[in-house]
Amino acid sequence: MSSVIDWESTSNPVKENRAGNIGKAVDRYEGPLKVTGTAPYAYEVEPPSPPAYGVMVSAPIARGRITAVDTAAAEAAPGVMLVWTYMNAPAQGPRPERYDFFTPSPRPALESDRVYYFGQQVAVVVADTLENAQAAATLVKLSYQDDAAKAVTFHDHFDEGVQPPGESDVEIGDFEKAFAAAPVTVDDVWRTPLQNHCQMEPCATTAWWDGDQLTVHTSVQMVRFAQNSLAETLMLPHKSVRLLTRYVGGGFGGKGSFYEDLVLASLAARELGRPVKVAFTRQQMMHGTVHRPATDVRVRLGATPDGRLTAMSLMTTTHCDRRGNFTEHASNFARSLYAAPNRLTGHRLVRLDLPVASAMRAPGEASGTLSLEVAMDELAEKLGIDPVELRILNEPESDPETGKPFSIRQLVRCMREGAQLFGWDRRLPTPGQVRDGRWLVGMGMAAAIRGNFLLPAKASFTVDADGVITVKQGMTDIGTGTYTVLAQIAAETLGVPLGDVRVEIGDSELPPAPGSGGQFGAATAGSAALDAGMNLRKAIAEIAVNDPASPLSGGDAAQVTFQDGVIAIANRSERLSELIRRNRPDGLTADGEVRPAADASKWSSHTYGAHYVEVGVDTITGEVRTRRMLGVFAAGRILNWKTARSQLTGGMIWGVASALTEGNAVDPRYGSLINQDLASYLVPVQADIGELDAIMLDEVDDKANPMGIKGVGELGISGAGAAVANAIYNACGVRVRDYPITPDKLLAALTAI
Amino acid sequence: MKTTITVNGEPRTLDLDPRTTLLDTLREHLKLTGSKKGCDHGQCGACTVLVNGVRINSCLSLAVMHDGDQVTTIEGIGTVEKLHPLQQAFLTEDAFQCGYCTPGQICSALGMLKEVAENWPSQETANLTGKITLTDDELRERMSGNICRCSAYPQIVAAIKSVAGELA
Ligand code: FES
Ligand code: FES
Repeated sequence: MSSVIDWESTSNPVKENRAGNIGKAVDRYEGPLKVTGTAPYAYEVEPPSPPAYGVMVSAPIARGRITAVDTAAAEAAPGVMLVWTYMNAPAQGPRPERYDFFTPSPRPALESDRVYYFGQQVAVVVADTLENAQAAATLVKLSYQDDAAKAVTFHDHFDEGVQPPGESDVEIGDFEKAFAAAPVTVDDVWRTPLQNHCQMEPCATTAWWDGDQLTVHTSVQMVRFAQNSLAETLMLPHKSVRLLTRYVGGGFGGKGSFYEDLVLASLAARELGRPVKVAFTRQQMMHGTVHRPATDVRVRLGATPDGRLTAMSLMTTTHCDRRGNFTEHASNFARSLYAAPNRLTGHRLVRLDLPVASAMRAPGEASGTLSLEVAMDELAEKLGIDPVELRILNEPESDPETGKPFSIRQLVRCMREGAQLFGWDRRLPTPGQVRDGRWLVGMGMAAAIRGNFLLPAKASFTVDADGVITVKQGMTDIGTGTYTVLAQIAAETLGVPLGDVRVEIGDSELPPAPGSGGQFGAATAGSAALDAGMNLRKAIAEIAVNDPASPLSGGDAAQVTFQDGVIAIANRSERLSELIRRNRPDGLTADGEVRPAADASKWSSHTYGAHYVEVGVDTITGEVRTRRMLGVFAAGRILNWKTARSQLTGGMIWGVASALTEGNAVDPRYGSLINQDLASYLVPVQADIGELDAIMLDEVDDKANPMGIKGVGELGISGAGAAVANAIYNACGVRVRDYPITPDKLLAALTAI
Repeated sequence: MKTTITVNGEPRTLDLDPRTTLLDTLREHLKLTGSKKGCDHGQCGACTVLVNGVRINSCLSLAVMHDGDQVTTIEGIGTVEKLHPLQQAFLTEDAFQCGYCTPGQICSALGMLKEVAENWPSQETANLTGKITLTDDELRERMSGNICRCSAYPQIVAAIKSVAGELA
């Protein structure tokens, strides 16, 4: 069993970083393929013979039954090979009543006449060409009985919220009493809308069979989970399915699970005896995958006149689908953020006839910081204290709820360095003081926090007779930089040039890793890789000292060094490739793994940051522009300065969008989402984002894992939107607590002023 | 329907279902899968290619409309062995993450630089008949038809700026 104490006290090549590969701004390993358009994503993989094309049909009701099926016209259409609805779809494994991200289970497609949400896939047409399949899909005639009598708008059912299963509110001290007694208070509700992931690559699968062996190329974040679940859906032994996902066009949590494209392409390819490709349309992505649910977060803060928090509460109400169990834990992050002796946090969940709610980039923090970090700004104003100073005043010594020591916490340093670099001292505390033509200009800031996680994972390293190291792991790179950081870890561990490392990931035949999500990817996959690398070093050293033909013969295996492709003991050396060529001409492989440490729960471990932003508010149109933005982050040792910075700036831009443009509304008539494409669902575009940068503090979190690294994929979004909201207030004196802060809402308030 | 399109300098004669978009022709018939499908509705720019030197959304165009046209896709711009300077700049500046929008961004940027060189005005342009200077605001406005959900926007600006001079 691994232990934090061992991680802390044991050195390793990544920590020593002798060749300097760790932290370096290395270009993306797979980058040349991506910039030339030669990295094949799932729908682009060339199958062994020409594929047929599947197109899915989606339900237009929120809840009910299919009462009649007429596929005659579709079946008779040119080129059509197969039309399936629940009436004739092949038998599949039964869906469990509730399911989660990490436990594989069957996900049958077209399983019954029941419709559970608008946009559920209810039929598939497979034809010889995409055009024929698209045309025939429009000919499938289904009749429905619509049972979704109730409005499906979240706020109409707000009062029906119940405690999420297995949870309870967390109270420390006596919140109500302390809040009632507090001389200065804030008590407001913030609303965040439902959001869609909008990964640029819609979900897609190419599938083919060789006898009873299935190969699928698909676009998912979790290899083993999807492969096991698909096998169980098809009622096959796990080993009959090989799942590959080498290039993923964005995930953000939305490809943590998998969808009907994977199941239907697999089934249809078996039925037709030829490869089949199935992709979601952009419109189908909005309903047919998952979304971040809306939240209402009530924040209550009580403080002394000198700015000490005495009472703090975040209560979140949110929603999920009827069969789901997902809770947007928008209150949780507050449990570790600020000191306050009396605290109350919890969640209420409403089940609605809506599409499936699930994780989206920084689930919990992304929504929750949009409330607390604005409430802190409001409190700072009431107290007449600078928002940065108010936060520093309430900086806890140890975890404010559990009392556990922090593994490391540099939040204050992030805030101070950010303030200095950004020029925070130029901010005028009274709103509406800075004009630039028709623009009012303001500055805002917010803190960022996101948990740190480590999951079990395996990896293998192989050295071949050319001295090339190949890393193999059933891990994914969804744009996160996995390929690159694994190559850096391998180069540093085995002392070979980066160019002598190959990385193979995204394949269920490789040693399993959980995949990408929860910003645990680099730490989890990387720690397993480091272990495999260390085991390969040991194996190489043993061979060298026992090989009479090696200059290292007879030496102490523990003394062998690895540098520039050369192994050495003091001044006795030879090339790694020569040793391997003589002893293991077919290559030498070592395995490695990581497990969470038994004592990891003794520490409170997070990543931190601070956002500073300047916005302009157009007094005539209500338009908001971010003029410049800076994030300062502390997230353990950084493996790759370039890819980490990109993850952080990407997250910050997501935060800007959640403050200003992003959100989807439910149409209560149909239980559908009103924005069904990229023209109406406003993800940010280039012109929405001004000057924006992220910097990372030097940090090592030796208690996080053997490398002292943490994740950055989700940290950037945490707090970023709140900083924008605070800057808008500083610019024009308007607080909009119903996100996104669109021109209509701002204008209404601006006119009222 | 018989259609001849010159793709990356090579004339290709195809017998196409007239409903086939230029994008699907490239991806499914010519196996040039570098051009991506992000929306199929002209809303994301992932499918951007150059037609007779001008950038278009290939998903919004039927292949049969391009009989006799010159189409350049990302595959015609550079190769792994010999990257185009803009491709190298995207790599150096880390102007992508998942890479799915990237071929469209690169094709779009090349088309955009030509538009600037020819003094086509944009929403950001103050003097509609004058010479265009590629300010950051001009660049951002002109590249706003290409969505990057990974949000590599600052890095994309840096990449394009780093080569704009030498390509102009
Ligand atoms: S695929 Fe053509 S613009 Fe989106
Ligand atoms: S790199 Fe992923 S969408 Fe642009």
